[in-house]
Amino acid sequence: MVCDSCRERDAVVHLTQVVDGTVTQVHLCEKCAADKGVETTVAAPKTPLTSLLQTVQQQLAVGSSDQARCTFCQATYKDFRASGRLGCARCYSAFEPQLRDLLQRVHGSTRHTGRQYAPPAPDELQRASTVLELREQLRRAIELEHFEQAARLRDQLKEVAE
Amino acid sequence: MIDFSLLPDGGTRWLDGSGEHPEVVLSTRVRLARNVEGFAFTSRARDGERLRVLGQLRDAMPKVASLKGGVILRVDELATPDRQLLHERHLVSRELAGLDGTLAVRTGAALVLADEVSVMVNEEDHLRLQAMRSGFDPLGAFGAATALDDELGRHVPYAWQGEFGFLTACPTNTGTGLRASVLIHLPGLVLTKEISKVLAGLQQMGLTYRGLYGEGSEVVGNYFQISNQTTLGKSEVELLDQLSRVVRHVVEREEEARHVLLRDAGYIIEDKLWRAYGTLRYARSLTFDEAMNYLSGVRLALSLKLLSSPSVYTLNKLLIHCQAAHVAQYDGRATLSDGDASVARARFVRDALAADVGSHG
Repeated sequence: MVCDSCRERDAVVHLTQVVDGTVTQVHLCEKCAADKGVETTVAAPKTPLTSLLQTVQQQLAVGSSDQARCTFCQATYKDFRASGRLGCARCYSAFEPQLRDLLQRVHGSTRHTGRQYAPPAPDELQRASTVLELREQLRRAIELEHFEQAARLRDQLKEVAE
Repeated sequence: MIDFSLLPDGGTRWLDGSGEHPEVVLSTRVRLARNVEGFAFTSRARDGERLRVLGQLRDAMPKVASLKGGVILRVDELATPDRQLLHERHLVSRELAGLDGTLAVRTGAALVLADEVSVMVNEEDHLRLQAMRSGFDPLGAFGAATALDDELGRHVPYAWQGEFGFLTACPTNTGTGLRASVLIHLPGLVLTKEISKVLAGLQQMGLTYRGLYGEGSEVVGNYFQISNQTTLGKSEVELLDQLSRVVRHVVEREEEARHVLLRDAGYIIEDKLWRAYGTLRYARSLTFDEAMNYLSGVRLALSLKLLSSPSVYTLNKLLIHCQAAHVAQYDGRATLSDGDASVARARFVRDALAADVGSHG
């Protein structure tokens, strides 16, 4: 097999690229591979990484991380690529390297410089979730016609809300 | 059927024709995309999660001044014609209304409508805070949306991360979550064929354009929506400033184009616009596209002072009421065949224009 680049020497380096789910292979001779900054040994690269290598690494990363899964919502990166939508806020950490790259390409930046946000104090939230739970219990009690319990829950709700 | 009289201003105060450049810029909208911490984003959330998101908003409402007196419309409990009506009033997106082809309306889909602001609940993001203003008023719309955002964020915890900012379902909204858009009428640039240059220029300025009904909609009646394309790396004020500068420039170009048209083809333009008005006053059948194009002509005639009536407000109202679900409602039916709709539409337009002539002498 001849080198894809110089078309003279024998190809000894075989790179596999995955672009949008399509696998393509690039075959290079030792010299062309070295020229493009592709290292054939495990030693640290002596030449600066070329765009080719970066692309290959990036695409390989994307390919293999298609299977990466968010532990909160169970979405995979592949799901995101199919739908264009992330599953939850945790996906931003689960797929951070790919997203960082994507945000850079879409927005020309990865750093939010707009309005800052401080989440509400925990006791306020605690109260809010208690209200939600009580309301849910109240609805169930009414559905099951447990009216005494419903009355108790209603009083509790009133207390919490005040 | 929805009784729009129960909604603040029928949800259409933004049509009243006030504000800067109202004959060119119909309205300005600012929306902020927010998600509630602790739940999967809407499309991945279970029904129960979406209902809890709605529950959190309902609980917060009495404590949020901008939402006081607001109403909650459970979009998921409305029949299709009613959801279509809300969409035609620009109050909900196609997605929220479940009008998007294969996607049915989601459990928990709701609209909260208050005086100055509204919130789409369980759209692509859990919360889409929106403020609409008549005319060109990005700062006014942003001020209202931000006031709501500040207050609501104190009671409902948002999905947020220091580096990326507000976290949204689609990475195209990450950061500020801000989309500011103006609905703008550019017949001069279309007639002088300058429009493609102007639109190409927008993209270089980080802006984008769409048709009358937002994403994926066609340009009809020379109406365009211009909005920011990026949301991350620039502050809200920078994004609004950029949009404002470009829109002011586009308005200037439009005014120049109108001037050129009048100078070089005065009587042709005048004739075309009077014919548009005449058709709307007397036609017995109008398709939606016809109505939009003639209304565009009348709006142009009005701003060129060739006509003194109808009012901008009447034209804005007609823009909404010429659409299928509104025409059917006017006719007292849930849906109409195309032919019946054209007849009913023409009748509605005739009545509205006649009433306007009456009120203006």
